[in-house]
Amino acid sequence: MVKQLIIDGHPIEVEDGTTLMHACEAVGSEIPRFCYHERLSIAGNCRMCLVEVQGSPKPIASCAMLVNDLPPNKDGSPKIVSTNTPLVKKAREGVMEFLLINHPLDCPICDQGGECDLQDQAMAFGIGGSRYQENKRAVEEKNIGPLIKTMMTRCIHCTRCVRYMTEVAGVEELGLISRGEDAEITTYLENGILSEMSANVVDLCPVGALTHRPWAFNARPWEMTTTESVDVMDAVGSAIQIDTRGGAVMRILPRNNDAVNEEWISDKTRHVADGLKTQRLDQPYIRKNGRLEPATWDAALAKVAEKLKSAKPEGIGAIAGDLAGAEEMFALKDLLARFGASSFDCRQAGDKLDPKLGRGSYLFNASIEGIEQADAILIIGSNPRIEAPILNARIRKRWRAGGLKVATIGVKSDLTYPADYLGAGPETLLQVVNGQHPFAQVLKAAQHPMVIIGQGAFARADGLSVLSAAAKIALDVSVGKDPAWNGFNVLHTAAARVAGLDLGFVPGKGGKDVSAMLGGDMEFVYLLGADECDLAKLGSAFVVYQGSHGDVGAQRADVIFPGAAYTEKSATYVNTEGRAQQSLKAAFAPGEAKEDWTILRALSQRAGATLPYDTLQELRAAMYRAAPQLAMLDHVETRAVSGLETLAKLSGIMSSEPFTPAIKDFYLTNAIARASAVMAGMSALRSSHDQKLSAAE
Amino acid sequence: MLHDRDRIFRNLYGFHDAGLKAAISRGAWDGTKAFIDKGHDWIIDEVKKSGLRGRGGAGFPTGLKWSFMPKADPRPSYLVINADESEPGSCKDREILRHDPHLLIEGALLASFAMRAHTSYIYVRGEYIREREALQRAIDEAYAARLIGKGNVHGWDFDLYVHHGAGAYICGEETAMLESLEGKKGQPRLKPPFPANVGLYGAPTTVNNVESIAVAGDILRRGATWFADLGLPNNTGTKLFQISGHVERPCVVEEEMGIPMRELIEKHCGGVTGGWDNLLAVIPGGSSVRCITAEQATDVTMDFDALGKLGSGLGTAAVIVMDKSTDIIAAIRRIAYFYKHESCGQCTPCREGTGWMWRVLERMERGEAEKREIDLLFEVTKQVEGHTICALGDAAAWPVQGLIKNFRPVIEARIDQYQKSHAREAAE
Repeated sequence: MVKQLIIDGHPIEVEDGTTLMHACEAVGSEIPRFCYHERLSIAGNCRMCLVEVQGSPKPIASCAMLVNDLPPNKDGSPKIVSTNTPLVKKAREGVMEFLLINHPLDCPICDQGGECDLQDQAMAFGIGGSRYQENKRAVEEKNIGPLIKTMMTRCIHCTRCVRYMTEVAGVEELGLISRGEDAEITTYLENGILSEMSANVVDLCPVGALTHRPWAFNARPWEMTTTESVDVMDAVGSAIQIDTRGGAVMRILPRNNDAVNEEWISDKTRHVADGLKTQRLDQPYIRKNGRLEPATWDAALAKVAEKLKSAKPEGIGAIAGDLAGAEEMFALKDLLARFGASSFDCRQAGDKLDPKLGRGSYLFNASIEGIEQADAILIIGSNPRIEAPILNARIRKRWRAGGLKVATIGVKSDLTYPADYLGAGPETLLQVVNGQHPFAQVLKAAQHPMVIIGQGAFARADGLSVLSAAAKIALDVSVGKDPAWNGFNVLHTAAARVAGLDLGFVPGKGGKDVSAMLGGDMEFVYLLGADECDLAKLGSAFVVYQGSHGDVGAQRADVIFPGAAYTEKSATYVNTEGRAQQSLKAAFAPGEAKEDWTILRALSQRAGATLPYDTLQELRAAMYRAAPQLAMLDHVETRAVSGLETLAKLSGIMSSEPFTPAIKDFYLTNAIARASAVMAGMSALRSSHDQKLSAAE
Repeated sequence: MLHDRDRIFRNLYGFHDAGLKAAISRGAWDGTKAFIDKGHDWIIDEVKKSGLRGRGGAGFPTGLKWSFMPKADPRPSYLVINADESEPGSCKDREILRHDPHLLIEGALLASFAMRAHTSYIYVRGEYIREREALQRAIDEAYAARLIGKGNVHGWDFDLYVHHGAGAYICGEETAMLESLEGKKGQPRLKPPFPANVGLYGAPTTVNNVESIAVAGDILRRGATWFADLGLPNNTGTKLFQISGHVERPCVVEEEMGIPMRELIEKHCGGVTGGWDNLLAVIPGGSSVRCITAEQATDVTMDFDALGKLGSGLGTAAVIVMDKSTDIIAAIRRIAYFYKHESCGQCTPCREGTGWMWRVLERMERGEAEKREIDLLFEVTKQVEGHTICALGDAAAWPVQGLIKNFRPVIEARIDQYQKSHAREAAE
């Protein structure tokens, strides 16, 4: 039904179920608010959004009032709502004054300064002076972990943080205790918050009560330059903004992208920033007499070109790491192919995904937004809570809406929503495939069933068989249902993986995959930021490491090319849904480090096989010819994607080995995170907490 | 003065046994089955016709409230009885709980039947321990006699549960009570949706005061007209008045609505200490209403409308009498402290405003203030009133407004006195 209103003199028609606040905003009347947030439940407790409604003696909290709850006028005329009357002005001034009487006047030393809702709204709606003569309230600080700094005296009790933790993060650790003016936000027994996405409460906090501890007192918002980019800490591809000052990344914040991360990011995405400053490779190195020694670009390029030219084609291999951009993977493959190489692999964890089967065989086909349509989910060999916390939050959001059944096969874990634990490995999976397991019926009965399969299930020798079994389930349960729905979903953990598969960065004819390359008989191996495989097994091969951080790969290298981190280059990343997105350059790579594709271009020239592109645009044009889907930025193929049938038909024998976790430590999954002191601290905190828990048991 | 024959609470003072047998001998549970046989709507109509207004303080017509409950809803309906009597000055419900509990239980059955509820909860104030025990005893008796419970003699399955609160004033607010019953922190909910749509466990719920429910049985037994003929138009029936403070004999007494306040105090309480002329002020309806002056008290009648006209209210009819020995600033300061202490802290104006009002009054009691702060204080009360989620904000603001409206010269004199004595000190 449609309701007619007259708001500030503007007649407007709004749908039932609209809040008065949104109706007011629709006619352009700004409504101040503190507690209201689009993505959280309505609390209606700050009382800042009061408006005047004809016939009501009291002003009404517009955030909580639905237009259909407004009683109609007796003569049937539209209700008159006002947001600019003396009554409303007075009410706002009153609330503003109450919020400020116990709020400290410490804006000059408050990190929220400059982006503080209280500050802004006090300027816009306050009375500009203080009439309160009594002593202000002081509240003790709370220790809620290394990420969130508290200054609870500044708290205005809007409870956004409490609602976020309970509703979105699914970790009921924040709460409001005591009552009246003694009310305080705290954790249970002052425990640190143990959630993979806790730091979002800082963005939600409208005042400076919760600020980022790692960046405390580092920078003012108005000093920083903002660059919009994408995250590479997992395969979700969250939208982020990178704030820099004088060339240094000061902080990383979420951006809104309803299709991917809504407005949340994981703690790793946010607080990995300090890892961009440490352990950096800022100049080329050449190993001499067993030691890596600084070298010039000239010498390093010459050395590698010489080795490359002398190597046998079958002895040349390349492994792409988890953070590599599509451009450099494309250029690397292009270059080495000119020397006859066919041993490429971007699946350093040993995943058995095969791009030849079709794109549908390795994507999260239902899309992240599609999760909200799902009514039954089977998770195989994955813990989305740590492999993709933001995606997991979407599942939780769907679960909160009601009517979702979730089951898991693999390692039993707390996903923040209830899930039936079916079993540990392929045997249980087989029961579901054969329809013997009761959950098979649940999937059959569902309108939009989803199967999510993670690296823990397919990064193993029989991985392709497991993938095939999962694809078979997804196909079997979708018979006769929505033809646009594809319920087969591969949950990747690495930002680079999908682009690598799209570009065919996998073994060509007669080529070797990662495990074969690690067999010890390679002659020349090019590591493109590959740190997460057992490099000791490379034997006597000549190893080139191109990357941003001095991690495992750099230690093994014979020549190091210092590259750029994801904040320092414009690169294409494809997330687990197959959504291509471009990062933007927010800062310069340190020292002599270069953007990765330029290194490869320079090497190609030295090696006498000049790559035919002089600019990033030319490279991209060539890349788009090879993989057109990379050109469609922020686009997800909506219809059922090919490859599923082929994959399902493969079948094959599965071992009885249970599925293993894909990620052992959420906070230390890549070279940047391992260089971050903040992440190390969180990792230590988590493991000491887990030890305490197991000791208590 | 109310005739003995018109009394509903015939064991108000506990002179007789509170047990089932004695209650039946006093008339309880008489004809209950017959009322139920007449149907849901008949009961609601009778209560509507009786003109009964809610006895919890707001005075909303009870029959009308019952009629808001949905008639055909797949969800269960609930009746929640508010026995969280925590308003300073109020002490009527405890007399019903411990001395006439069967009237309440019978009323609960009738009201629940009228609203198609099979389950009712009585939320008893945390401090009422003996009262809860007495009530539970009576409920057990009623279950044993199959007056209530599943398959009872009245043919309407009905379960009655006692829930013991934990001593928070705010849990007497109807939606905070529902939160508390659900096991959550007692914080008022936003309205709408009103409890009749979305109440306890998301189901249609009506919350009524103990007295409103306890009189239902007698209204049906003696007829709506009998009840409507007592008292004044729009303020019908009998009411339990609770008089405390500076009177010779503080008491709880059942009287007709609309009895003159002076008559109430002089007939039942032996008058104001030191005589009517020694009266300073009266808080007529429990600590949350604005006080009235002795002059106003002389000819006001005790009903919703007359007291409302004076800017005060009947509230729960808890009359707090203050004679001229009272430091009225200190009295209101103490009330302000109470509301500061009991504010739930959920919404801004009440959380911050109650503490502000109390602190200013602390200083004003000593005279340590500026005269312009009186207006400031009044403005603060206006900033709280009407801006909060529940009525506690209003309840905290009104006593202070009553003080300023009626006793401004007292505050000013106190400030003058303080300044004079401190000026002398400074000079010395």
